[in-house]
Order: sequence, then structure tokens, then C-alpha cells
Amino acid sequence: MADALAAKSSRPILPKAALDKLLLLAALLVLWQLLSMLVGAEVLTNPLATLRRLGSLMSDPSFAGHARETGSAFAVALVISLAGGLGIGTLLGAHRLSGEVSEPLLVGLYSIPKITLYPMVLLLFGLGMSAKIAFGALHGIIPVILFTMSAVRNIPQIYLRAGRSMRLTPSQMFTGVLIPASLPEIVTGFRLGFSLTLLGTLIGEMFASQRGIGYLLIKSMESNESGVIIALALLLVVLATAASWLLLELERRVHGRFGT
Amino acid sequence: MSGMSRAGWIRLFVVSLLVLMLEVACRAGWIDPVAVIAPTKMAAGAWNLLASGSYTKPILLTLSNVAMAAALSVVVGFAAGWVLYRLPRFRRAADPLLASYYAVPTFIFYPLFIVLFGLNRWPLVAIGFIFAVVAMALNTLQGFERVPQVLRRTAQAMRLSPQQTLIRLVLPSCAPHLFTGLKLSIVYAFIGVIAGEFVLSGAGLGFEIAFAYNSFDNATMYGLMILLLGFVGGLNMLLYSWERRLYLRRGGR
Repeated sequence: MADALAAKSSRPILPKAALDKLLLLAALLVLWQLLSMLVGAEVLTNPLATLRRLGSLMSDPSFAGHARETGSAFAVALVISLAGGLGIGTLLGAHRLSGEVSEPLLVGLYSIPKITLYPMVLLLFGLGMSAKIAFGALHGIIPVILFTMSAVRNIPQIYLRAGRSMRLTPSQMFTGVLIPASLPEIVTGFRLGFSLTLLGTLIGEMFASQRGIGYLLIKSMESNESGVIIALALLLVVLATAASWLLLELERRVHGRFGT
Repeated sequence: MSGMSRAGWIRLFVVSLLVLMLEVACRAGWIDPVAVIAPTKMAAGAWNLLASGSYTKPILLTLSNVAMAAALSVVVGFAAGWVLYRLPRFRRAADPLLASYYAVPTFIFYPLFIVLFGLNRWPLVAIGFIFAVVAMALNTLQGFERVPQVLRRTAQAMRLSPQQTLIRLVLPSCAPHLFTGLKLSIVYAFIGVIAGEFVLSGAGLGFEIAFAYNSFDNATMYGLMILLLGFVGGLNMLLYSWERRLYLRRGGR
């Protein structure tokens, strides 16, 4: 079939892949411009005006403080998500029964609208940094746990037996066998965890604080300043996409090296 | 499903133990009742809400919004997944965008949708839709990509027409992935609609939770939360077990 042929003939060589990305970017910009013309600039600002708005927003002296606030909350939440998710996921994956017990609970927790838990988080952690971090970590940690767990569970038994016959200590087993064998799936989990932690942190900021990018967003939503919303959305999309791209590349590399 | 597994019993035990501990901690006054109330009080709150009937309208409003958003995103997502599959170059270029899609809180576009659609239910449906559609598209794409080569060759050998190949072979082969997409679409439509209601709307389940929170009405707030979580959780469990059976029947993993 045609697509089988296409898949064979278009092995990605870097320049072509980069060209495709540029083409897509250009097409998206054109689409955005057209859409902006269609619905009116006061509803959806066009790309150029948005960039200008973003520029003036970022040169505002208070912006650095907001960005730093979001950045540090996100960083802490990400560390908690990744480290906690990796630890818990490994334990649950290695111990089959506890994994079976907790998996449906985790899947359930993963798929409920966590925003409704927000009041509870707020009441428990109070307004401010800790609530944001808790909310970011709450979003991010579960996919990391789930992916790590399934990765560890799918490690071929023979690796474990080989490790045991070499009398590895538990910590050697962890760093020498478990981690390398499950790395590809774990990186996928990290990528998801990254996105969701960012989302959680931003949502947290929307309600729990007077500072940060999320706060700027909710403020401009309430006063209906669509220019600021679009500018901030652009900033977030660019940052998140750049990070995802890096993580995707890492994932591809890891899959090539360790994957099947 | 015959009976409950050992893990199932342990799970039930652990959950009941946690609930019991929370109950004891609340009754003993170790937890500030402004923050968390006892589970029995939450359940009583939920029961009162249902019995009073005054929350039937927002609940139905939310559910119908979710249903519309999910249905739209399943149809559009399927088409989009197919397009992505047919255009591999486009797909590779769009990969980082698709991967970062869920990092941006989509409901920040709510004001735009209000201007576009007016102050009615459609902005919320739109939020649920844009949140759910990408999950459906990605799963459709994955399903198409994972149709084993040997099946495609068999179809060629038997000289099936493109339509026959699609109906007899491709669709059944990717059915589990499509089902996963459907499941995620429903879940994500829920998350999108509730989040939208929670943040900005003036009606619906999410709004009522936010309203109860702002007026320190913990019994109503936790009651609504329990209702919502119970409903979404039950729906999930149903879809999850259905999905398992679908995978098992195919003898896959």
C-alpha cells in the first residue's frame, strides 16, 4: 500500500524534518492571521501584535517576579513528581500485589477532574507557594507512577535472575538493572509528567496566589483582556513545545539504545 | 468477571481503612473541620443534595455539555487521526506540538469562546471539545499505525478493495485503540467542562462546587465533589473493565 511505501521512503534525515517543522510553523502562523482577520483583532490578536504585546509584557519590571514565582513552583513540583513517581512506581512495579491493589485507584485518580479537588488542597495547604506546588505535583506524579510501574513490571524475569545470581545489593539492582531496563517507558512517563505538572502549577496559581503566570492569566481573563491572554498562551505554548521537543528527542534516543 | 480477586479485597480493605481513619480523625477533632469534614458528613451532604432536587438542573446541564463535547471530539478526533496517519511527514513535524498540547490550560481561552459563541453553553462545550479531541486523534493514529503488516499483506493477497480492507480488517484491528480514545475523550471532556465551569461559568456542577467553596458551605461542597467523583469514577471503572475485555478477546496484552 501507498503508506507502507511512504513510511519506507521517508526516513527522517535532519534537514528535511527541520524543513517540515518550519513549513508547519509557517502554515500555523498564516492560519492564525486568517482566523484573526475573520473574528476580529479585538477577539484574537494577530501574530505580530501578539508578539509585540508579549514583548511589552515581558519588559514590564514586575514580569520577572511573576515568571520566577511560576518557575520555582514548577521546578519544585516537577522534582516531587519525577522523584516521587519514580520511587513509588518502582516499588509498586517490583511488588506485584501492591501494584495490583493500587493500579485501579491510581488510574481512577488520574482521570477525575482534579480541579474539583482544588478547594480541598487549598484548605489543607493554605494560600501560596505550597498549594501551587501540591497542585502541580498532584497532577504530575500519577502518570510518572503509572508508566514507571508498568515499565518495571515488564522487565524480563531473566534480567532479575541474572542480577540475583550475581548477588547484587538492592541498590545495585535498582541502578544497574531496574533503571536501565525500564528507562524508555520511564522517559515517556516523564514527558507526560512534565506537561501535567506545568498545567497543575498554572491552575494552582490561578486561584491560590497573587503572583505568577497563572495569576496574570486569571486576572486578564476576568478583565477580558484577550491580547494578554493570547500573548501568555503563546509564551506557554512555545516553552512547553520546546521542552516536549527536547524530551521527545531524548525519548527517541533512549528507545534506540535500550528499547526493543 | 467471577468474584473478586485477592488484590480486589485488599484494595477494598485499604480504602475502607483510610476512610475510617479519616472519619475517626475528623470526629476526634484532629483535623480542622473548616478544611475537611468527616466522610459520613460528606455522604450525608451528597444525599441531601440529591434528595432536595435543587441540584438536578446543574447536574443535567453539565452531563449534557460533556456528552456533546465527547461526541464531537470522537468524530472530529477520528478524522484528524486518520489525516495524521495518511500524512506521516506532517505528523512528524507536528509531534512536539501534539506532545505539549496538554501542558497549556486550554480553558484560558474561555473568554474568546464567549465572544465567539455568546454567553451560553457552547463555550463550555468548546472547551471540553478542544481538551478531548487530541486524545482521540492520537489514539486513532496509534491504532492505524499498529495494524500488523501481515494483515495488510493478507488483504492485498486476497485482493480486498480499499473499503473492504477498512471495514473487515483495519477497523477491527484498531478497535481497542479506538476504544481507548473514546474512553479518554469522555474523561477529558469531563475535565474540560468541569474546569471551565469551575473557573468562569455561572451554572453547572463545577460552578456549584466553586460557589459552595466560596461560601464556606463544606457539606454542599464535599457532597457535590463526592457525587461528581463517584459518577466519573463509576463511569471510568465501567469503561476500564470493558476495555480490558476488548483487549483480552483479541488475545493481546
